[in-house]
Amino acid sequence: MKLLDFIKSIEPDKKNSPLLHTLFDGFFTFAYAPNHVTESGVHVRDGMDLKRTMIHVVLAMQLCYLFGTYNIGHQHFAAIGEHTALLSGFHLKLVHGLIKLLPLFIVANVVGLGIEFWYAAKKGHGIEEGFLVSGALIPLIMPPDTPLWMLAMSVAFAVIIGKEAFGGTGMNILNIALLSRVFIFFAYPTEISGDSVWISNIIQDEETRQYLGGNYSFVHGLFDWVFNSVGWATFGEGGKAVIDGYTGATPLALASKGGWAAVTEQYSTSQMFWGTIPGSIGETSKPLAIIGALALVGLGIASWRVMLSMVIGCAVMGMIFNVWDVTLFMDVPWYYQFYMGSFFFAMAFMATDPVTAASTNRGKWIYGFLIGAIGLIIRVINPAYPEGWMLSILLLNVFAPLIDYYVIEANIKRRMNRAA
Amino acid sequence: MKKWSVKLGFLSILMLAGLSANAQSPDGGSSNLLVAFIAFLVFILLVVIVMVSDRLMRVTAIQTGADKTGVNYSIFPNLEEIFASSNLFTTTEPVIRLKKGYNIPLEGEAEKVEKETTEAVRYAIKPTDFEGMSPIPKVVVEIGENVEAGDALFYDKKNPEVVFCSPVSGQLIEVNRGEKRRIIEIVILADKVQTYRSVETSNLEAASREELVGFLATNGAFAFLRQRPYNIVPEVNAVPANIFVSTFNSAPLAACSNMAVAGNEAAFQQGLEILAKLTVGNVHLGLNAADTDISSAFTDATGVEKHWFAGPHPAGNVGIQIHQTVPINKGDIVWTADINAVIVIGRLFTEGRFNTERVVALTGAELNSTHYVRTHQGANIEGFLADNLRNEHVRVVSGDVLTGTTIPKNGYLGFFDNHVTVLEEGDYYEMFGWMAPIKPRPSISNTIPTFLYPEKMVADTNTHGEKRAFVVTGQYESVLPMDVYPQHLFKSIIVNDLERMEGLGIYELVEEDVALCEFACTSKQDIQAILREGLNMMRDQG
Repeated sequence: MKLLDFIKSIEPDKKNSPLLHTLFDGFFTFAYAPNHVTESGVHVRDGMDLKRTMIHVVLAMQLCYLFGTYNIGHQHFAAIGEHTALLSGFHLKLVHGLIKLLPLFIVANVVGLGIEFWYAAKKGHGIEEGFLVSGALIPLIMPPDTPLWMLAMSVAFAVIIGKEAFGGTGMNILNIALLSRVFIFFAYPTEISGDSVWISNIIQDEETRQYLGGNYSFVHGLFDWVFNSVGWATFGEGGKAVIDGYTGATPLALASKGGWAAVTEQYSTSQMFWGTIPGSIGETSKPLAIIGALALVGLGIASWRVMLSMVIGCAVMGMIFNVWDVTLFMDVPWYYQFYMGSFFFAMAFMATDPVTAASTNRGKWIYGFLIGAIGLIIRVINPAYPEGWMLSILLLNVFAPLIDYYVIEANIKRRMNRAA
Repeated sequence: MKKWSVKLGFLSILMLAGLSANAQSPDGGSSNLLVAFIAFLVFILLVVIVMVSDRLMRVTAIQTGADKTGVNYSIFPNLEEIFASSNLFTTTEPVIRLKKGYNIPLEGEAEKVEKETTEAVRYAIKPTDFEGMSPIPKVVVEIGENVEAGDALFYDKKNPEVVFCSPVSGQLIEVNRGEKRRIIEIVILADKVQTYRSVETSNLEAASREELVGFLATNGAFAFLRQRPYNIVPEVNAVPANIFVSTFNSAPLAACSNMAVAGNEAAFQQGLEILAKLTVGNVHLGLNAADTDISSAFTDATGVEKHWFAGPHPAGNVGIQIHQTVPINKGDIVWTADINAVIVIGRLFTEGRFNTERVVALTGAELNSTHYVRTHQGANIEGFLADNLRNEHVRVVSGDVLTGTTIPKNGYLGFFDNHVTVLEEGDYYEMFGWMAPIKPRPSISNTIPTFLYPEKMVADTNTHGEKRAFVVTGQYESVLPMDVYPQHLFKSIIVNDLERMEGLGIYELVEEDVALCEFACTSKQDIQAILREGLNMMRDQG
């Protein structure tokens, strides 16, 4: 308790330095659950609070973080034809992944939390936990080579326009993480599109138009020194040419051009399932996203209704496309649609955001189903962008209040009819 | 249920591990989904084969006459055998089973024994126990004057016919006032030997409804009834469509109804008969189907319509029972009464006096001995708690932990309360309390490993978190067995949308019905206060 007294004694004054006080309050409530007691109403409260809710979502995506870190490195080395086996050069892949991922994580959180803190101080309320999850999700849905300034811009846009403008945590219409992703996608289309962005540290030679492994950074060099001293494999010099025929295209990009046959030429279904394919950092591994989803459902945090109906929606739409069958992409068997892209990641962590999803149980069924169906339509039919979950979730975020409205109207009508 | 989901999760992880092993093999992994799909089909096929053959066996058993004894010849248990439900119920009548809700597993339930205690010396009636009463009701007795039990103490100027009577005989010694001279307590120093004002009831055999209402109102019993919507003291001119009585209280640690009615069976039945004369509809009695030794006063009650309920709290709340049987529509007026109210009304006729004697449950983990004591309405609890508190840093609640009122250690029981809960105050800081609660605490969330905790827990008054905006959805619905959308209703109250409040069913709810929502609320919103604000708003609008 001495520690507690000390911490309490350095609490900044709320009036004179609101920002400092907010900061202190944020970290203090992080370290200690407050001593508030119930005043009016119930005398005993459930042990659950918003911090706990949020941290469990973050915990559920930790496997995706681990795998994503590894996969950044794995894709890099696979592209230049080194350490192509899964576990060879594991330390290099992990270090390379961390060097790429940590800055993204730090920038996303510093910018996002910074804005959140500032608004909290300005409005004079405590720091709300919403950004805990957004800040953990944003790095996972970015390509590994995303420039940090772009990331900062997109996070700032998402938090200020998407959340604070609407009143803060719990008031936003659109999913913050997806909003930052969609911002970066539409604001910097030339930098963040094409096939090479999905693989880290690959550059195009100005003259030969050939793809090369980029130079390694100073930090890589430091690790090389360590690895050298213990006799492990090192990064060495950069600039190795990419192996012949390697495009770095994601399965979806291949499928939109050449159907399932083109995909299986490059990747085995097992690769796609386990996620050792190019893509955004955290979304490639299906089983790990599914584990996250199961954890969230088991813990009662995310809505199983949204998840299940989203799977159903996607499957139904996939079957319809199989029957329709006019393009090669439509011809991809509906169950293989689940192997490609980030369906399960979007299902587990994006669609189930309780603030932006439909809030009635019946509405959740409709909401999830439409995300699944519309997402697949966007993926298969849209020529510009062969993935649909980001856009379909944002679209349904906008329509979720409308879905709820009709569900509630039905309830009101039921009550009126009862009276009549 | 929880263990089942844990198992399922474990199995799925095993399956994934198996799949991964498959993927590692040189030629495997090319069609995991196909393999899984085929395995699933094979499984379904096997299930179908087993079920069809099982069915055939049962058909044979029936044809040969072997099935007449009621033995289950199937290899599968009956649904009832799995859930062991209907034969557990104390009734063969239809039971309304409610699944939504939560029994907060609190330690400190009262032992079902009545113990001798020091008789309370002071008693108080609190006008603050009544919603919508004017802040300064008219007190008709001067300080220092003597009263008998059943003598009028005060009345509400807005509803002057309804008189509030003294529960005991003695001397009025204090009228305690709060902010703006609002009367909060009217205190009576009780006589050693109680005297009752006698009530003449013999001329009421053939009395009209109006005469009966007038009689109850002037003799203090009418104030025990409550009117919905709004949960207020009924207006004497109103005619209720129905009157509802719940015979069990499912709230945490609530007093046992069988104890309350024991010895008062005749008065209870008499009370029900009087109530039946007050309504144009029926008296509806809600009974607990899961109570194995339910009092015969409830099961044998006559002249009422009985409904059996089973399920977790709030199944015993009269509001839930109304919603499940004859829901309140716009413009409807219904009255509700608890067991003690029915008994008080009945005693006017069986004993010829206003007698509020009742058993009161002393509960809570902070008491050394939890038991029942016999006393009167509004008793001072100081004597009951003497030498009984485990620690001094406690909160004393008149009523249950969901809807009760905080009272001082020498405070008075509420008008309707027959239950005292003593809890530890939770004004402590808890390091990383939001992340790793090691100390057991009740919760509806699976993130808190309640299955590791003892069956009954000690809970304190800590909020376990700060107030936030509405974020999580669906959790109110999970503890409210009603066809309403609570979160949308509360939001419509916050934005003063009267039409929507009405449409979303505000008339059907009072605070006690949504108390569990407030308990479960992740955002720590004051749900009951919000609802009351909405109800007051509707009432002001007429």
